[in-house]
Amino acid sequence: MTEFLQQLLNGLSLGAIYALIALGYTMVYGVLRFINFAHSDVFMVGAFIGYFAGGHLPHDSVLGGLVALAAAMAGCAALGIGIERIVYRPLRGGPTLNVLITAIGMSLFLEYTGQLVFGATPRPFPPIFPSKVIEVRGLIISMNQVIVIVVAAILMVALELAVHRTKIGTAMRAVALNPKAAQLVGINIDVVISFTFGLGSALAGAGGVLYALNYPSIDPLMGVVPGLKAFVAAVLGGVGNIPGAALGALILGMTETFIDGSRWSTYKDAIAFAVLIGILLFRPAGLLGRYSAEKV
Amino acid sequence: MPKPLLALIAAVLLAFGVSHFSDRIDPYYLDVMIGVGINVILAVSLNLVNGYTGQFSLGHAGFMSVGAYLSAAVTLLAGPRLLGADGGTAAQQGLLFLAALVMGGAGAALAGLAVGIPSLRLKGDYLALVTLGFGEIIRVIFQNVESLGGALGLNGIPNYTTVFWVFAFAALTVFTVTCLVRSTYGRGFLATQDDEIAAEAVGIDTTRYKIVAFVVGAFFAGVAGGLYGHFKLTITPTGFDFTKSIEIVVMVILGGMGNTPGVILAAILLTVLPEMLRAVEQYRMVLYSLLLIVLMLVRPRGLFNFNFSAVAARLRWKYLATRK
Repeated sequence: MTEFLQQLLNGLSLGAIYALIALGYTMVYGVLRFINFAHSDVFMVGAFIGYFAGGHLPHDSVLGGLVALAAAMAGCAALGIGIERIVYRPLRGGPTLNVLITAIGMSLFLEYTGQLVFGATPRPFPPIFPSKVIEVRGLIISMNQVIVIVVAAILMVALELAVHRTKIGTAMRAVALNPKAAQLVGINIDVVISFTFGLGSALAGAGGVLYALNYPSIDPLMGVVPGLKAFVAAVLGGVGNIPGAALGALILGMTETFIDGSRWSTYKDAIAFAVLIGILLFRPAGLLGRYSAEKV
Repeated sequence: MPKPLLALIAAVLLAFGVSHFSDRIDPYYLDVMIGVGINVILAVSLNLVNGYTGQFSLGHAGFMSVGAYLSAAVTLLAGPRLLGADGGTAAQQGLLFLAALVMGGAGAALAGLAVGIPSLRLKGDYLALVTLGFGEIIRVIFQNVESLGGALGLNGIPNYTTVFWVFAFAALTVFTVTCLVRSTYGRGFLATQDDEIAAEAVGIDTTRYKIVAFVVGAFFAGVAGGLYGHFKLTITPTGFDFTKSIEIVVMVILGGMGNTPGVILAAILLTVLPEMLRAVEQYRMVLYSLLLIVLMLVRPRGLFNFNFSAVAARLRWKYLATRK
């Protein structure tokens, strides 16, 4: 039982990080209908901003950690908006595949520029948050896990409020539903798209710092695998669907953690994809996605 | 004799001729040529799926790995038994290699069938994701099978790949894909890509065409994998990951989807370019990615997307005009 709870906790914290990344994928897909491959590298940049900010901040303090987190979020938001403005906007309205290739190019660019600037060797991440370990009846709870889960939960609630209770959030949903009609009622689509990229990238930046806390070494290629998993999570929940991404990420995080603890652990990565394929075959639009019939 | 068949025979003869002089060519250039040939096979076969049939597949490296492992297993396990301790004559080795390549291709084609049938329910990004997933699953399975070397991969594969084999199979791939797409039967691929609903309405079995495209594409990817394995002499599961698939997709898109000559040019360019950038090793990948972005912004329909026969006709016309 204790082991089950332990795995549940580990799965929850892994799933929370996946969720933060997956939300960015899903929001961008919602408004622009394309997979932003560079998102996983924005996540990496977030971890590096956290690393450099952490070097100047007092360690082991909640306030210092939060400042590093905020710096990473702000930096990533700026990066995301910049990428969209310079690279994706000129291609808007073009064939989807071109945008996809450009996104892949952007992803490679960030990865290899990162290797050039930061070096390819992994660096240990500073303990910016207090790293205490609490033991409750055999259950080992590390402070980092608690922080991950709490921060992720707060950010997700904030996102939910931003999307449903603010004017720009409403505009975002309108653009996702029908971009042309949204423009007709006076929504500035460029502003909405920039906002979406900023929001999604900020969440990825937070995810990067939180991921680095739990897996304490960072390198320029660290985003690839979690990015791919988060993308799987987004599709699992129904890409373009915000609660779906969070749900998919939690399912994926839990599944992976439980498989990691079993004797099938070496098949962990394969099983994540197998689950995804299984779900897509029976629900092609994802768990919470709505399947739209094609009109002729 | 039909024109494409003549071209095929000419290409194979040329490959034979070049391999005859391979002793006099700098080994470095030979390696680059083999690399170019393998990438041409991969890109042209993926073009059948992604370009002509319009099904976005991200799992080509997975099929390549099936072919690489299977053919390496054939030459490593069956080779010593069939050829004896002394390694056999060159002709025997050639036959064994051919058998190994065909078996690798057949295995990959079976994998393509297994992926193709369930994936057909999905479209666009979802299909891309499922093929990506299958590619990753194949990789993880190879990582876990101890008899195939596990995560360390297979070593000591005999050095059978020559310029002749690579160019002959590249020519065969181009020949097959071109003939398939230009045939009456093959119009179905284009119809599936253009408008699936309209194609179905006129009685084309789009499902069947998608499967055929997957299987044929996977077969040649498997052959390319076999050639790659017997060229590098070592194969590891990580050599066939998602990045490799992306590399092939980039060749197809840069060449112009559904445009075989363009895709061949793109495959050559994208193999030679990194070699030329070796002098600036550190900046190589940064430049490569920047080039990719700039090309997509400047030439969104592919680098070599122009009508080749129209260009040839115009050149001929100009030539005739100068003669007068």
